[in-house]
Amino acid sequence: MTDAALTTVVIAMIGGAIRVSTPFMFVALGETITETSGRINLGLEGTLVLGAMVAYMMSYRSGSPWVGVLSAGGVGMLLGGMHGFICKLPRVNDVAIGIAMMSFGVGLAFFFGKPYIQPTAPRLPTIPFGDWLGLPQAWRVALDIHPLFLVGLALAVCLAWGLRNTRWGLILRTTGDSAPAARAMGISVDLVRFLATAAGGVLAGIAGAFLSLCYPGSWNEGLSSGQGLMAVALVIFARWDPLKCVLAALLFGAAGALGPALQSIGVTQGYYFFNAAPYILTLCIMVVSAGSKRAMRHVPGELTMSR
Amino acid sequence: MTAHEVATPAPGEAPSLEAINMTKRFGSMTALDNVSMRVPAGSFHALLGENGAGKSTLVKCIMGFYAADAGSVLLNGRAINIANPKDARANGIGMVYQHFTLVPSLTAAENLVINRADTPAIINWSAHKRRLAEFLDQMPFRVPLDTPVSALAAGEKQKLEILKLLYLDQRLMILDEPTSVLTPSEADEILGLLKEMALAKDITVVIITHKFREVTAFADGVTVLRRGKHVGSGKVGELTTQEMARMMIGDTPIREPARRKEQPHDAAVLALSGLYAEDVEGLPAINAVNLTVHAGEIVGIAGVSGNGQSELVEVLSGQRPLDDGGIFIRGARFEPTRQSYAKFKVFGLPEEPLKNAAVPRMTVAENMAFRTYDRPPLSLGWWLSPRPMREKARALIRAYRVKAPSPDSPIEALSGGNVQRAVLARELSGDVDVLIVANPCFGLDFASVAEIRAQIMEQRNRGAAVLLVSEDLDEILELADRVAVMSEGKINYVAPVSQTDRRTIGQHMAGRLAEV
Repeated sequence: MTDAALTTVVIAMIGGAIRVSTPFMFVALGETITETSGRINLGLEGTLVLGAMVAYMMSYRSGSPWVGVLSAGGVGMLLGGMHGFICKLPRVNDVAIGIAMMSFGVGLAFFFGKPYIQPTAPRLPTIPFGDWLGLPQAWRVALDIHPLFLVGLALAVCLAWGLRNTRWGLILRTTGDSAPAARAMGISVDLVRFLATAAGGVLAGIAGAFLSLCYPGSWNEGLSSGQGLMAVALVIFARWDPLKCVLAALLFGAAGALGPALQSIGVTQGYYFFNAAPYILTLCIMVVSAGSKRAMRHVPGELTMSR
Repeated sequence: MTAHEVATPAPGEAPSLEAINMTKRFGSMTALDNVSMRVPAGSFHALLGENGAGKSTLVKCIMGFYAADAGSVLLNGRAINIANPKDARANGIGMVYQHFTLVPSLTAAENLVINRADTPAIINWSAHKRRLAEFLDQMPFRVPLDTPVSALAAGEKQKLEILKLLYLDQRLMILDEPTSVLTPSEADEILGLLKEMALAKDITVVIITHKFREVTAFADGVTVLRRGKHVGSGKVGELTTQEMARMMIGDTPIREPARRKEQPHDAAVLALSGLYAEDVEGLPAINAVNLTVHAGEIVGIAGVSGNGQSELVEVLSGQRPLDDGGIFIRGARFEPTRQSYAKFKVFGLPEEPLKNAAVPRMTVAENMAFRTYDRPPLSLGWWLSPRPMREKARALIRAYRVKAPSPDSPIEALSGGNVQRAVLARELSGDVDVLIVANPCFGLDFASVAEIRAQIMEQRNRGAAVLLVSEDLDEILELADRVAVMSEGKINYVAPVSQTDRRTIGQHMAGRLAEV
C-alpha cells in the first residue's frame, strides 16, 4: 500500500468515524441515562428504526427535516415511556420487555414505512468545515459535518457534567446504585426510571432521524442493521461514562468505515470481512470486558445484570 | 435555609416522641397490636424484642414507610401526620438502618448533599464543600469527604450515616441495630458520643438492639415488645438483664447450654496453611491464613464483618477458588469436592443457609438429602428412591425439632430458625470430623439460638474439630476454646479464650497491633 493510499484510507476513516458514529453516540448516551437509573432498555434498536421511519415520513410530508427530527424524538419518547411504564408493573423483567419492544418498534416501522421507501425526503443540511478551512477535496468530504454530530458532542459533555453537578444527576445515580437508599430519601424510584427510560428513548429516536435524514440518508428496511443493539454493548465498554461513550462511538464509526475506505482505494479482497468490523469489534469488546474482574466495578448496582 | 447557613445542632432542641396505641395489620396477621412507647426529650431509649416482635414495624410506621391502621404519633406533645418518609424527614425524624442506606458509588460529600431537601438544581461544589467543612468542624467525628462510600470502612460508613442525620438536622434518631457492623470499641465510641449529645439535650435517640450490654451501658429507658404486643417498659437502672430477657422471650422453654467437657486437644485435625484468595477487584480477600483446629476443640474466628471471614468460609465450602496455600485434614490434602467432603467427614453450616446451603424451592426432604442422595438407601444406581428419603427426613425433623408442615413443603416456607435447624440436622446426622460454622445464630430467636449452640457444643464434646466464624463476639466467648481474630484478610491474633478478654480482642479486630 502506498503512502497516498494510506492517507486516503485514514482520511476516509476519520470522515467515516464522524459520520457513522453519530447514531451510536445518541443511542449510547440515551442508554447511559437509562442504565444509570438502574434499568436496561434493549428495545432501543426498535426505537432507532421507528425513529428513522417517522423522521423520514415527517420530513417528506412537512418539507422540513427538523420537523422529522422532532417527531422522531417524540416517537422515541413514546416507546421509551411505554418500556418504562411496563417495567413499573410488578414481576416484569426489563430485559424481556426490551426484546419485545425491539420487535414491536421494528415491526411498526416496517408496516408503516413501506410507502416511504421510494420517495425522496428533504435531508438535513451539513456544515462544510472543510470548505471554510480551504482544505483539499478528500478532507472536504470527511469534514462535511452534520449538525446532529455537534449536538451529540455537546450533549455528552452536558451529561457528564450534569451527572456530577446537578441534583437530578445525583438522584439518577442514587436510583441506579441503590433503590432502597433512594426510597429512604423519598425519591420515587419508579418515576425516575420511567423518566430516564423515556429520555433514553428520545435520544434513540433522534439517532434514527440521523440515519434516514443525514447518513446514509434514506429510508429502507436494512437501514439500522443492529446499530441500536451494538450501542447498548458500547455503553458497557464505555463504563457508563458519557465522554467515553463518544470515544467508543468514534471507534465503532471508524471500524464501520473501514470496509468502504479500503474499497475506495481498490482493495476488494475481504470486503465483507472488513464490513463486519464493527460486529467483530462488539464481540471482542464483550469478551474482553466480561473477562476482567475489575471492569464490573462501575456497573450501577441496580442493573439486572449485576444483581 | 439559605445556602450558607450551617446546620449545627444547637443545645436544647431535642424533641420528645410518643407513639400511642399503634396497630398495624398485614392481611390477617397483626404485626403490631396496640403498642405505645414514650421517649422523653434528650433520652436514649432502647427498643427490645426478638426477631418478628414488631420492633421494625413500629419504627417503620413512625418513619412513614407503613401507614398504621390505628394509633397516633406525638412529637413534642403535638400530633403529627406522617404519610411517607419525606414527612418524617420534614419533622426532623431520621433513621439509621441495619443495612447502610448510603449510595455506594457516590462520595461522602455527594451522599450528604443529595439527602438535603434544599439542594439546588445545580450544585455549586466549592460553596457546598466549604459548608460541609464548617459542619464537620463542629462534629465529634469526621469522615473523608471525597472518597466513594464503597471504599469506606464499615465504621466510617456508620459514622457517615449518623453525620447525615445531623447534617439534615434530624434530632430524633432511630437506630436499627447500628453496632452489628462495628468493632466493640467503635460501637462504644459512637454510642458514647450519641449519649453525650443526648445528655446535652441536642438529640433524642431510639435504638433497636438485642445486646443487653449496650442497653445497660448507654440507654436510660426501655420498651420491650413480644409478638407485636407491648410487654413491658421502664428505666434501665430499675430492670435487670434477666427481667428484660424474660419479657422478650415470655414462657418459651429455652434449652440449657450444653456443658463443655474438659478434654485434652492433642490431635490436630484441620490445618489451614497459607491460604490466599482474591476478591473481585483482584485484591487479597484472605491473605496468608494459617490456623490449626484440634479434635474436640472449637476455634472461633472473630472480626468485623467484611474482613475476609465470609471469603474464608467460601473457600472452605468450595464456593470460591483458592489462589494459593492448602487445606489439610489429618495431614492429607483436602480439595473441596463432593467426594472429599464425604471422605474426610467435613460438614458445614454457612451463613444465610437458605442462600448458601439449601435450594429454596425444593422440598424439606430433598434439601435434607443433599449429603446422601447418591448413596443407598436413597439412591438405586440411577434412580432416587423417594420413600426412604421422606422417612429419613421425618426422623430428622423429629430429632431436631424442625417446625415444618410436612417433609414435602418447600424449604423456603420455613422460618429462618427452622431452615437453620433443618440444615443443621442434615449436616450433623452423620459422623462429623470437621465442622465449619458461620454466623449460625444470626437473626434467630432465643430458643433456636440456645438449641443450635448446644448442638455445636455437643459435636465438640464428641471430638469434632469445629471452626466457628462469627461476628457476634459474645457467641465466640461462650462457645470457643480458642479465639482467632481476623482483620483485613489476615489472622493477627490467636489466644485461648480463658487467657484473653473482650478489650484485647477488640483491639485486634480494629487491626491495631497489641499494646498489651
